[in-house]
Amino acid sequence: MTSEPRRIRVEALTRVEGEGGLYVRVRGDQVEEVRLEIYEPPRLFEALLRGRSFQEVPDITARICGICPVAYQMSTVHAIESAFGCAPGPEIRRLRRLLYCGEWIESHALHVHMLHAPDFLGYPSGLAMAADFPEEIKRGLRLKKHGNQLLELFGGRAVHPINVAVGGFYRLPDTSDAARLIPDFEWGLQAAIDATRWVASFDFADFDQPYEFVALSHPAEYPMNEGRIVSSQGMDISAQDFAAEFTEYQQPHSTALFCGRGAAQTHYLVGPLARLNLNLERLAPEALRLAEEVGVTRPCANPYRSIIARGLEIVHAYAEALSILKTYERPRAPRIEVRPRASSGAAVTEAPRGLLYHRFELDADGLVREATIIPPTSQNQAQIEADLRSLVSARVARPDEEIARDCERLVRSYDPCISCSTHFLKLDMVRT
Amino acid sequence: MSDPRPSLAVFKFASCDGCQLTLLAAEDELLLLAEKLHVAYFLEASSDRGPGPYTIGLVEGSITTAEDAARIRQIRQQCKYLITIGACATAGGIQALRNWADCDEFVRAVYAHPEYIRTLRTSTAIADHVPVDFELRGCPINKYQLLEVLRSLLGDVRPRTPAESVCLGCKRAGNVCVTVAQGIPCLGPVTQAGCGALCPKYDRGCYGCYGPAQQANLVSLSNHTLAAGTPPDVLLPLLRNFNGYAPEFRAEYDRLANGGAAHPTATGETP
Repeated sequence: MTSEPRRIRVEALTRVEGEGGLYVRVRGDQVEEVRLEIYEPPRLFEALLRGRSFQEVPDITARICGICPVAYQMSTVHAIESAFGCAPGPEIRRLRRLLYCGEWIESHALHVHMLHAPDFLGYPSGLAMAADFPEEIKRGLRLKKHGNQLLELFGGRAVHPINVAVGGFYRLPDTSDAARLIPDFEWGLQAAIDATRWVASFDFADFDQPYEFVALSHPAEYPMNEGRIVSSQGMDISAQDFAAEFTEYQQPHSTALFCGRGAAQTHYLVGPLARLNLNLERLAPEALRLAEEVGVTRPCANPYRSIIARGLEIVHAYAEALSILKTYERPRAPRIEVRPRASSGAAVTEAPRGLLYHRFELDADGLVREATIIPPTSQNQAQIEADLRSLVSARVARPDEEIARDCERLVRSYDPCISCSTHFLKLDMVRT
Repeated sequence: MSDPRPSLAVFKFASCDGCQLTLLAAEDELLLLAEKLHVAYFLEASSDRGPGPYTIGLVEGSITTAEDAARIRQIRQQCKYLITIGACATAGGIQALRNWADCDEFVRAVYAHPEYIRTLRTSTAIADHVPVDFELRGCPINKYQLLEVLRSLLGDVRPRTPAESVCLGCKRAGNVCVTVAQGIPCLGPVTQAGCGALCPKYDRGCYGCYGPAQQANLVSLSNHTLAAGTPPDVLLPLLRNFNGYAPEFRAEYDRLANGGAAHPTATGETP
């Protein structure tokens, strides 16, 4: 305990997408305030979308995030289709899942190997790790590349795919081009299993938190594009009811809006850990067996273990992608006909980082009148702050540098996408 | 002990992270690149924050806050070569749509407490603030073009990217012209190559994400597109999206929005 105020500044949180800051105020051994400060300059998407045609919207919302553009495109097309009262058939539905598998693989493989693993092994970056773990890093990059290849074939390119349309796709690839990916994906399935075993062998600090997990849940599949929004405390609602259950609110220290559940606006957790806890039994058999083997039991409420959840989801995505690729035949029509009508519609899909909500109000010509977009990192913001408070309280006697480092590691375990939510993580710790 | 290798720094302004991610997406080249270049500052990839000066600075994103306008000037001083990557850094990006709107109204539309938000009324390109050594186009940039730029700089050679239009890419790829065959409006004739003529390959028109090609004849393209039956309310938004604030696209939009009168900067009007 010190009587003089102490200020510690870490310039920026690293190995996350986007930039933000942390502010911690401690008096004696009491943590008075913890703030995740997001300075990312707002880009005002919800405003700039007004007046744009529904056909342009998936191309525009993709630009919210270069790491998970497919997630934005998926929530967009489902929300607009819901407004127009149309639904593409099972073929399109499967291919949308396939595209999402590509994004889960590339996004998770990047985070697991290049961003998160260095924390457990004591390196500043994945690149620095490559000298001592060449096989693991090369394997991780190859997994990531497979995800990108899938996005390139079905989306046109990995960042900001051009092939997603309201109603389906612009053009679907030839059957033979899809078949060419199969050998790589067979290798990748096994490689992803090995990678998950490797990360499961890391040392994990005890840090179970009393989370309310929130994720989509679907009776027949591990959730991606469709399902009901459920929670570990019994909530079970449709995407159309999201706005009645969840409220956005603003804090002065963040350009990302917060999101709370229920009248009390309580915090909750979205993302791989939430999905896994609520949908474990719906993992592909390969992933489910592996979960058992590496000792995943529910509730798995340790945020550091999210690296295992990501590994299992990579395995799942490979298994599912393989089964879709093996039976792929180029559909006769790439999309269904879509007729605009004046209406509104909402949709939730599972971005790599968790629940992504979109709602659009459209006019009779299909022009956007109003847009609401709630990214996963905005939803996790309040939970991250609660976790940080619990972490700093438990370690208040430790030196500032150590607390700073541990806070940064904790935030990183969420794989926050600050560009999505809006960016500069600065640790600014004040002790009085 | 100073590292003898040239150093690389990556900086982000208002953007989606997609262009810097392109560097991490060079899966086959990344480890080799890291041997030739010292990755000194790249927040998204590394906790090491090496101090400047840097040999090469890659800048992603546009300037939308007063702090960022000051930060880019400091960064310019730190970098021997300053290279902008992507549509945000070279033309203001999609967030430049605010430049035509009432920005305060935009902020009020998104935030319940606009008073907490500090932002400039415009989103502008890096070159509007500091001298830039090379602009790499695209939303997102092309990985191979980025590697080519880095290779050139490592050899002290001025980087070059093809200045031709997307049309030439279509011809090379054997794409059937979507405008001629299907009457789909396409910005390919006036958009710089680099994407691999992707949209026409997928049966849709180019929406200009690599920005205006050199000596693009926008007036001629508009005339053709409108004469072929595309309504103005389809053509206009095409000109005003990810590179809408690029001078050539902006001038043509304004010309059309003002009833098609010749814009002082528009050239090459067809008879």
